[in-house]
Amino acid sequence: MAQNRPDPDKLLRDIQAEEKTRGRLKIFLGYAAGVGKTYAMLEAAHQRKREGVDVVVGCVETHKRAETDAMLRDLEIIPRQQINYHGVQIPEMDVDALLARKPELALVDELAHTNAPGSRHAKRYQDVQDLLDAGIDVYTTMNVQHLESLNDVVAQITGTQVRETVPDSIIDAVTDIEVIDLPPEELLDRLKEGKVYLPEQAERALDQFFRKGNLTALRELTMRRAAERVDDQMRAYMRNEAIPGPWAAGERLLVCVSTGTSGERLVRTARRLADELNAKWYAVYVETPADARLPQERRNRISRMMLLAEELGARPVSVPGQSVADTVLAYARRHNVTKVIVGKPVKSRWQEIFRRSVVDQLVHLSGAIDIYVVTSEAEPSPIKVPEGWRPHRPLGRYLGGLLLVMVATGLGSLIAPFISPVNLVIVYLLSVVVASIYLGRGPAVMTSLLSVAAFDFFFVPPRYTFVVSNAEYIITFFGLLAVGLVVSHFTTLVREQAELAQGREAQTAALYELGRDLTVTIGLDAIAEAIITHISETFGREVAIFLPEEEITLKVYASSPGVVIADNEMAVATWSYQRGQVAGRGTDTLPEASMRYQPLKTTRGVVGVLGVKPADASHYLSSDQRRTLDAFANQVAMAIERARLVEQAHQAEILEITDKLQSALLNSISHDLRTPLVSITGALSSLEDDTVFLNEATRRSLIATARGEADRLNRLVGNLLDMSRIEGGAVRIHKEECDVQDVIGSALEQLTSRLENRSVKLDIPAEFPLVPMDFVLISRVLLNVIDNAIKYSPSGSPIDISAKLANGYVEIEVADLGVGIPQEDLSRVFDKFYRVQRPDNVTGTGLGLSISKGIVQAHGGFIAAENRSGGGTIVTLALPLK
Amino acid sequence: MTDLRLNILVVDDEPAIRHFLRASLSAHGHSVAEVVCGEDALKEVAMSHYDLVILDLGLPDIDGLEVTRRLREWTQVPIIILSVREHENDKIAALDAGADDYLTKPFSIGELMARIRVALRRTAQPSEEPVYQIHDLKVDLARRLVYVKEQEISLTPREYDLLRFLVLHAGKVITHRQLLRGVWGDVYKAELHLLRVNMSNLRSKIEPDPARPQYILTEPGVGYRLKVAEFDHDNK
Repeated sequence: MAQNRPDPDKLLRDIQAEEKTRGRLKIFLGYAAGVGKTYAMLEAAHQRKREGVDVVVGCVETHKRAETDAMLRDLEIIPRQQINYHGVQIPEMDVDALLARKPELALVDELAHTNAPGSRHAKRYQDVQDLLDAGIDVYTTMNVQHLESLNDVVAQITGTQVRETVPDSIIDAVTDIEVIDLPPEELLDRLKEGKVYLPEQAERALDQFFRKGNLTALRELTMRRAAERVDDQMRAYMRNEAIPGPWAAGERLLVCVSTGTSGERLVRTARRLADELNAKWYAVYVETPADARLPQERRNRISRMMLLAEELGARPVSVPGQSVADTVLAYARRHNVTKVIVGKPVKSRWQEIFRRSVVDQLVHLSGAIDIYVVTSEAEPSPIKVPEGWRPHRPLGRYLGGLLLVMVATGLGSLIAPFISPVNLVIVYLLSVVVASIYLGRGPAVMTSLLSVAAFDFFFVPPRYTFVVSNAEYIITFFGLLAVGLVVSHFTTLVREQAELAQGREAQTAALYELGRDLTVTIGLDAIAEAIITHISETFGREVAIFLPEEEITLKVYASSPGVVIADNEMAVATWSYQRGQVAGRGTDTLPEASMRYQPLKTTRGVVGVLGVKPADASHYLSSDQRRTLDAFANQVAMAIERARLVEQAHQAEILEITDKLQSALLNSISHDLRTPLVSITGALSSLEDDTVFLNEATRRSLIATARGEADRLNRLVGNLLDMSRIEGGAVRIHKEECDVQDVIGSALEQLTSRLENRSVKLDIPAEFPLVPMDFVLISRVLLNVIDNAIKYSPSGSPIDISAKLANGYVEIEVADLGVGIPQEDLSRVFDKFYRVQRPDNVTGTGLGLSISKGIVQAHGGFIAAENRSGGGTIVTLALPLK
Repeated sequence: MTDLRLNILVVDDEPAIRHFLRASLSAHGHSVAEVVCGEDALKEVAMSHYDLVILDLGLPDIDGLEVTRRLREWTQVPIIILSVREHENDKIAALDAGADDYLTKPFSIGELMARIRVALRRTAQPSEEPVYQIHDLKVDLARRLVYVKEQEISLTPREYDLLRFLVLHAGKVITHRQLLRGVWGDVYKAELHLLRVNMSNLRSKIEPDPARPQYILTEPGVGYRLKVAEFDHDNK
């Protein structure tokens, strides 16, 4: 009963589908060329235009038919773009122009059309998808034989295989289908009158294709497909209206994909069946250990088949397993599959006798699950699967088998005099076992046969003949042969299993290692490096990581060495990023690209794109590798998101600190700028006020105050300017040979008035060399440092300045006998706006020393403060001599 | 010299600064004319006679530097630059262009008056003084003799030339380039370290404390200036 209740999720989806976010697609479906699809489409477009809809022609083929041409005249046409393909200009629909124009309704003829290589998409229906995604309604035309799932049927009817197909999922998503019908007789008449355009090459097929029988069949097919569609709509309607009805009883189908040539037919049949039952379906491929030795060509075939199944709406799954039947049924039961579809095996009678076919096993074990067996044509020329699990040097291994038999024979002849011939068999058995284990199945079988022969010839009486006197030896021969076969079979099986497991183990280990590395790696750069290393190691491919810059444009963030991403590749990556879909090589979207682009998705959206380029251009990724790559991409996406979040948090933190710093700076500056202004304004307004009598001494003192404060303000502004120059990188160090004494002297000269009651002791060795430095800037540093020494030491106390050469530096020390600096502040005194909070009468901005630090560092030197033993501070600045 | 009445042209686009200069200079007994832009300054100097031009660098039309160059094409009127540009390259450029002195804003009026006196002395007394004396330093240009505390000092020819050049331009800032050209000739234009070494030696011979020179002052990054008696009272 529960099955009958409409699924709320589905209802929601249906409602969303009705909302006009995505454009609506209407298909004018015909059963052959010439039934008047394009004309009907244009007619409908005109009708819409009259209703006031903004209609634009994306591309319409009129084939120079007058009435159709006339229909086009009143419509706006987007010119086609010319795609250059090997020097030939091929006109194709300009999707970008259409997207830019963004009409309400676009007319796109021939949905099944294959675009010229180099276009945005391989197929026109993909272009149409883009238009729909952009919210543009699309009218399009199509013939029924272009429908993917009917491809085979049509081929059977008409005898011609249609290459251009449209996936059924497109038709399923269509809002409207209008069948353009014309009785076959009329179509044939029109054809005779030359009213139907046919490409030249098609004329040959004309007789074959345009036969009344064919046309009738195709017409019926079209009607049926359209009816199915109507049925679907009816069901959807009933679901919406909660009308209880004959719900499809939750059928689920599973099709076993195998390497046989009938695979595609099988998949298409499954699709039709699934459609009719309105069932969900799975395409399952069981990877057995033996598959490891399939040739690449066959593996690619499976990949293609799985892709086809996916395109037809199936859920493709590869499951590893020992036995196909067991694995399929186990999967089927787990997923409540009701019907299993399997191809009829193509096997020789001999094989059928010895091994039960997969179908037999399935039927035997299926229980409640229905098994459908689909006939397939015999393989035209079965591809020979090479025997032996080691394709390299097979001859060597056969020779090894021969050698083993010879050794056994030699050994046998040594011990033959002492034991009975029957026991000699043990020696041969040993060589058979050895051959089975180390040389593989073929050589093992050969070794068994040779052993039998050698044993017979050399040891079974009458010796040196193949004649056997005692019939019991026949049993010995068969025993030997059987043992050889059984042992070799099982060792081969075990080995293959181990190899497969190893392969999986290696991939799991690689994934695990990537995960581990990513968890301990900090920083986007390091993470990107780890990702590239791991992926190139695991897949042997070139890798590129694309990340969005400023959340808009995609940029190559990191790549394997030597990888160059061209602009067109970048476009593919961008497409993948914007759509969150896989694109590029081995996919349906822009398969011309050299890389496969995998979007890196997290719950928060697409964080970037992973590009993987195969080492060998013809290599497809096996489904197994695709799965692993998916897992990798997930890990990578999470890691990148994590790094981004950490980065954001870090930036927020920095911002907060900067904020704090800025408000501290503003406080400090506004205080320091205002204080002198307060004194100046106060002094001047007192002088201006003529209601109060000021004696000469007061007047002078007020003036002196104002003057002193103005100087202070000037120094502060100068410091602020210097600081901003240094921080803004506007300060250029102009180094020249300078006399250190002169530099110190010029700093002292500027401090003359402040040094009046101080004794300054200068200690510079005689014959001191000239030192390269920026005279002005270093003299400013010294000015700041000496000024600080004056500020933070008692009035009248001496200041010692000395210079010396040490380790390729000139060191200038300025020492005072002041209060010193608290130990914990020593490293901070050079920070901006830092002031040792002691003598209360000391004024300043806390900028002088940080400016000094900036200047000295720009010289490649350093500056440090330390406490002087016995009290006071020593500031040392060191400048490189070279 | 304070009793001298001078015709001074003030070129500055800041009304407040012009006002303060007019007030101060008039108080010292000078007559002051004001213009606000370079073109007007050039015209004014050409039309009337001025004893001194006080020129701002940042003018609204043409740069003060350019005004200096154009004036120097035809007149030797003393030019004192007043500017907020404190970078030594600006000072060097102005002095090399022919300005007599350079004062960075803000400045004290006392400083300006001292610079004016120095600038005028050069033009007012073009003939060489045979003997220059400040404190304990005496230079007898006629006899090429130098005394410190009445003790004759022996200088190398280069050191003497250096001192003589500074004495001839006493009170004025001489740029490195001007010194090099004046003493060594054009060839040594770039050899700044020659100047540094000779200056260091010269100072050690004439200065009582070479680290804190009293006679030859360093203008950081620009050049040197020989102190004149008038500067003694500056609280620079």
